[in-house]
Amino acid sequence: MREKILGILEKNARISVHDLAILLGESEEEVAACIVDMEAENVICGYHTLINWDATNVEKVTALIEVKVTPQRGMGFDKIAERIYQYSEVHAVYLMSGAFDFTVIIEGKTMRGVAQFVSEKLAPMEEVLSTATHFVLKKYKDHGTSLVSKPHDERMLVTP
Amino acid sequence: MRNPLSDKVINIKPSGIRKFFDIVSEMKDAISLGVGEPDFDTPWHVREEGIYSLEKGKTFYTSNSGLKELKQEISLYLDRRIHVQYDYNKEIMVTVGGSEAIDLAMRAMINPGDEVLIPQPCYVSYLPCCELADGVPVFINLKEENEFKLTAKELLDSITDKTKLLVLAFPNNPTGAVMTKEDLEPIAKICIEKDIVVISDEIYSELTYSGEHASIASLPGMRERTVVINGFSKAYAMTGWRLGYAAAPELILSQMLKIHQFAIMCAPTTSQYAAVSAMREGDADVARMRESYNQRRRYVVRRLRDMGMECFEPYGAFYVFPSIKRFGMSSDEFATKLLQAQKVAIVPGTAFGDCGEGFLRISYAYSLKNLEIALDRIEKFVKTLEAQA
Repeated sequence: MREKILGILEKNARISVHDLAILLGESEEEVAACIVDMEAENVICGYHTLINWDATNVEKVTALIEVKVTPQRGMGFDKIAERIYQYSEVHAVYLMSGAFDFTVIIEGKTMRGVAQFVSEKLAPMEEVLSTATHFVLKKYKDHGTSLVSKPHDERMLVTP
Repeated sequence: MRNPLSDKVINIKPSGIRKFFDIVSEMKDAISLGVGEPDFDTPWHVREEGIYSLEKGKTFYTSNSGLKELKQEISLYLDRRIHVQYDYNKEIMVTVGGSEAIDLAMRAMINPGDEVLIPQPCYVSYLPCCELADGVPVFINLKEENEFKLTAKELLDSITDKTKLLVLAFPNNPTGAVMTKEDLEPIAKICIEKDIVVISDEIYSELTYSGEHASIASLPGMRERTVVINGFSKAYAMTGWRLGYAAAPELILSQMLKIHQFAIMCAPTTSQYAAVSAMREGDADVARMRESYNQRRRYVVRRLRDMGMECFEPYGAFYVFPSIKRFGMSSDEFATKLLQAQKVAIVPGTAFGDCGEGFLRISYAYSLKNLEIALDRIEKFVKTLEAQA
């Protein structure tokens, strides 16, 4: 049941427990209890809204930064990751396999702001060996949802 | 000028859906729960395979019975899903949708005057295909109290010494009824005793929500007297690709193939290449869509019951078939008034046979959001009717 609840909530966080219970053919009490448990266990970490900022008047830039670091003895990568992800500008941090160590996603108001963050905060960190910053030019799809096209029902109204 | 037309064709009644379609098309911004096809797009890997085949210039005829790779995949699929083994070379053919296979099966087996048992309510094409093949259609009126399953008694009561074929279409359009292995066993026994061949239209087989789909062909003694019809439209959301197939003993299939060879030549090549990908890598897509339909099914049934509409629990396809008998009007009247008052298009049960009177076919091949809006409107309509009563 957990997996099914998550599958639905991931696409529609606003669905009521009442409707969720109907969709899954379970009782409301069970579904509600299951959600409470998953929130407590940090399986459900929040209920966010997917926003296409490009369609608003709000200025926003997203940058993807490849970061190479020297892991600290005894701490591995986690300690460095923590020093990076504590910044509020940092949207996401992933440890990667391959040619670099971290992908850091930054959201800022301007390119200059992001550049400043990288040059003044991220790059000077002791453990950071190098950074490569890539700015996002256009978002086509995010969180499994197309941001550029809207679903349109092309079917005839009535068919056998 | 002399009458250029065939009397046989003139006498075929136009589909009841057609009539309703004309009314709906006149109505601006109507929302519909009236379609008989999936709302999902064909999975991208399937479309991609079709595009790739075009890029590679695979634009020629395939053999009459279809691409060898596809027939092999179909053979493996049938073994995996209904546990019946068919020789891909002699017992499987690819058709232009399941619809063509229905037509071929009737034409290959019916002699003038042979009786064909057609349980109703059912899909609209069995009757005209039977008539075009000079068969005599004999309807069996399925009952709501049996959850629209065919019972042994109903079958026995309809058999005469002219009975040759039985059409079985489960999971069913329009009722959503399914027949389990236990339900099919007595039917199979009668078919063997009375020497009846079954045309088993299993186009909705992947959309079964309780247990595994059961095919009558898998029961002892039935493989040799069953034509299994299935296709890609419903399971893989591929309606527009027009691709189906038939599996039957060589004796029957070779004659079906003869008609297909002269009338059609072969099913669309692009679609066949795409379908290979659907069969090889499509299981996860089917599972995802099935789960989504199942959620909507529960939602629609619950909403209808909450607003006081009686409906039995459908375990297959993507239709709910509620009764509107308590409102004291015909299906046609209810559907027309609903359309006028609330702009919701629903197909009256009578489009699927006279015994569909008193019922509506509601399709849940729509997004939840769409279903919610439409059901809210139906609820409003039902409340007005109740207030008037």
